Amino acid sequence: MKDLADNSAGAAGAAPGSPPAIELRGISKAFGPVQANKDISLSVAKGAIHGIIGENGAGKSTLMSILYGFYKADRGEILINGQPTEIPDSQAAIAAGIGMVFQHFKLVENFTVLENVVLGAEEGALLATTMSNARKHLTEIAEEYEMNVDPDAVIEEIGVGQQQRVEILKSLYRNAEILILDEPTGVLTPAEADHLFRILRGLRDEGKTIILITHKLREIMDVTDTVSVMRRGEMTATVKTAETSPEELAELMVGRKVLLRVDKKPAQPGATIVKVENLRVVDEDKVERLKGVSFEVRAGEILGIAGVAGNGQSELLNVLGGITAATGSIQINGNEIDLTGKHSDGRSRRERSIAHVPEDRQRAGLIMDFTAWENIVFGYQWDPAYSSGWLMDNAGIRAETEGKMERFDVRPPHPQLAAKNFSGGNQQKIVLAREIERNPDLLLVGQPTRGVDIGAIEFIHQRIIELRDAGKAILLVSVELDEIMGLSDRIAVMFDGRIMGERLPAETNEGELGLLMAGVTNGENS
Amino acid sequence: MEVMPKWADVVLVPLISLVLAMIISALVILGIGEDPWAALKLMVQGALGSPYGWGYTLYYATNFIFTGLAVSVAFHAAMFNIGGEGQATLGGLGVALVCLALPWPHWALALPAATLGAALFGAAWAAIPAYLAAKRGSHIVITTIMFNFIGAAVLNYMLVNVLRPPSSMDPASAKFPDGTALPSFHDMFSPIIAFPKSVPANISFLIALVACLVVWLLIWRTRFGFELRAFGKSESAAVYAGISPTKIIMGSMLISGALAGMMAINTVQGEAGRLVLNSVEGAGFIGIAVALMGRSHPAGVLIAAILFGFLYQGGAELALWMSIPRELVVVIQGLVILFTGALDNMVRMPIERVFLWRRRSRQAAGE
Repeated sequence: MKDLADNSAGAAGAAPGSPPAIELRGISKAFGPVQANKDISLSVAKGAIHGIIGENGAGKSTLMSILYGFYKADRGEILINGQPTEIPDSQAAIAAGIGMVFQHFKLVENFTVLENVVLGAEEGALLATTMSNARKHLTEIAEEYEMNVDPDAVIEEIGVGQQQRVEILKSLYRNAEILILDEPTGVLTPAEADHLFRILRGLRDEGKTIILITHKLREIMDVTDTVSVMRRGEMTATVKTAETSPEELAELMVGRKVLLRVDKKPAQPGATIVKVENLRVVDEDKVERLKGVSFEVRAGEILGIAGVAGNGQSELLNVLGGITAATGSIQINGNEIDLTGKHSDGRSRRERSIAHVPEDRQRAGLIMDFTAWENIVFGYQWDPAYSSGWLMDNAGIRAETEGKMERFDVRPPHPQLAAKNFSGGNQQKIVLAREIERNPDLLLVGQPTRGVDIGAIEFIHQRIIELRDAGKAILLVSVELDEIMGLSDRIAVMFDGRIMGERLPAETNEGELGLLMAGVTNGENS
Repeated sequence: MEVMPKWADVVLVPLISLVLAMIISALVILGIGEDPWAALKLMVQGALGSPYGWGYTLYYATNFIFTGLAVSVAFHAAMFNIGGEGQATLGGLGVALVCLALPWPHWALALPAATLGAALFGAAWAAIPAYLAAKRGSHIVITTIMFNFIGAAVLNYMLVNVLRPPSSMDPASAKFPDGTALPSFHDMFSPIIAFPKSVPANISFLIALVACLVVWLLIWRTRFGFELRAFGKSESAAVYAGISPTKIIMGSMLISGALAGMMAINTVQGEAGRLVLNSVEGAGFIGIAVALMGRSHPAGVLIAAILFGFLYQGGAELALWMSIPRELVVVIQGLVILFTGALDNMVRMPIERVFLWRRRSRQAAGE
């Protein structure tokens, strides 16, 4: 463990002797039996970008929610600019100069940028004066920090990156001196993320203090001055970014050495397992989500689908998994499969040896209130192997579950425990154990490591590669570019319901993929 | 980790709710100048103190078991079937039509046929709201409650225009043939326990017990039950797994309606021996409270149904022997429903906090 005493050691731009912008002393918070924050002390110098990194469930979000007045700490105190401050609600946080940009934006979709900025900060009963003042003030701020946003644009019509800028402007409009950003790059392309980091550096240089919460090591290394690592509710270290490395941070996060790189042999592709042609999906609102997608996946290879969330990847997985109807054609081992009729459901797909690890394990992959053993047959409950006569063979299923939990290192290995009581990584392992051990010809994997701790990521990646090496076809969808680059044998990039191009991981880089993800193709044909 | 041990969830919470309801009821009885302790003694004596009392208590309990199971089955599929009243009404029509159709030689033949008739009519009455919910997205609460009114009107029409014997002025069917009369507790247990001839409890109580077992097997031991519970917990996950929502909605509601309908063999065939207006007497609604209090588990439903049977019979005794008006008995029943069903969380949350506090202090001691 690193020495906590060097916390307040100077960050860029901090005037010597001035109190830290934020100081937390001995913050503790428990939710029921879970100790989310345990005696946390932190000090962030004025005019610094301070990163907070940690695995899911390490307590980062809880800590920030305490700072923003959503939760009340059980113990401990908060000092803003050296002054002990009570933050009972978000109004108090705003008054103390704290602004928060949430992972999921809190914007009114059909309001304009200006209306959203003013919302909650209206000056009187009549809007007209507020609006004209606000327009002037907003333009000033936007110019000062080089954040160009049209004040009269409607939120639902502007891009995600712009929406995020509106969130930042909202905080600045309320005179925030301290800005907290929670996983801000989850929805951004690499280029948009770079733009965001430029804005953040600009804000820092103007003397604002920024706290960046993320689980991406690369961002921490890129943009922060100092970084704190959280693990299991505790602050395990605070270090200067310049003096650390991703490997060291990963080790501090997990508590042991981890392999950040995926280790795999070159692929040995065999026969074509799945052939998709001209797949189209129109959703309930008559919006075309897939606009003619075609590709092939061969035995023994992993095709990675890269793209910013919401560009048709989910629909693609859902069509293949039998959740969404589509037009076009899909062949599995040369046989056409039903896309709209009676045999287009998830069960028919499973009978065709297509296994599906869904993107959202809590809403789709698992029944959170079911026990582990019930979940381990979920989706395959019709299999005669799981029944004896009229009734389900519960004892047999439980015995089988014990084996699967052991082979996939699910902890704790208790078949009777409800899915909701496992951590994210172990929940995902339950889903993977179920799907991979069916030994499918085609495995669909969506966001295999979303919300999964680093230690489990390594394990999950190994299992996927093992299945590939056993000669199975794998379609991987992930918004984590690192994961796509590390696992895939071929990469297809999706944008706006189309595949913009295919690349080999060895012959491309994040910059090129980032452009494709933003829909820029330089007039190539693919 | 669960916050509370299972026994606290299943036993302690309902018990405390019940005690609270009793305290408030006692205050109400005090308020009208009567002695709550005497009232309680009278209720217990009247409902549980004699074979006569038990004969009535278990007769009411039989109704509540069927309607409670009906609500529970649907509830496991996240369907809130509050149409038990209408489904039981139509079940009664099914029983009557079967019993009047043939000169039944023996109850052992008439009972399975009438049970089938009750189940079919009850299921059919649930089928229309279920179809509308599955195919048109209509809200099951709205449609089932509306079908209660339609069911009452249908029964009224059938009794007045079709089933009423021509000479009769009473909106009721003809008396069923003697061969349909079910063995009462008096017939069944006479050498061992002397149930008076007048008690209405009959062999359908045993059918209700069998129904509890069958429902338990269905929900927790069959594939359909697995899919039904999965759908009830998470529709999106069920669709991912290839479980058809239509199949689950229709299946669960048909079973639910059939169970509610089967209540009629107790009231119509067992007790009345003919079909009369309003033979359900609110048991369809009591079923909701029974299912809530019984945690939608057949064992819980059985216990809760007997409790409500006790309240019905004990309440009737109160109205008979003390100067406590009939309306106040309904108030007491309402308080029990309110505390055990609707205000469950009010009791649950403080208890959870106690358990949390105990665990934390134990952990602190262990450290």
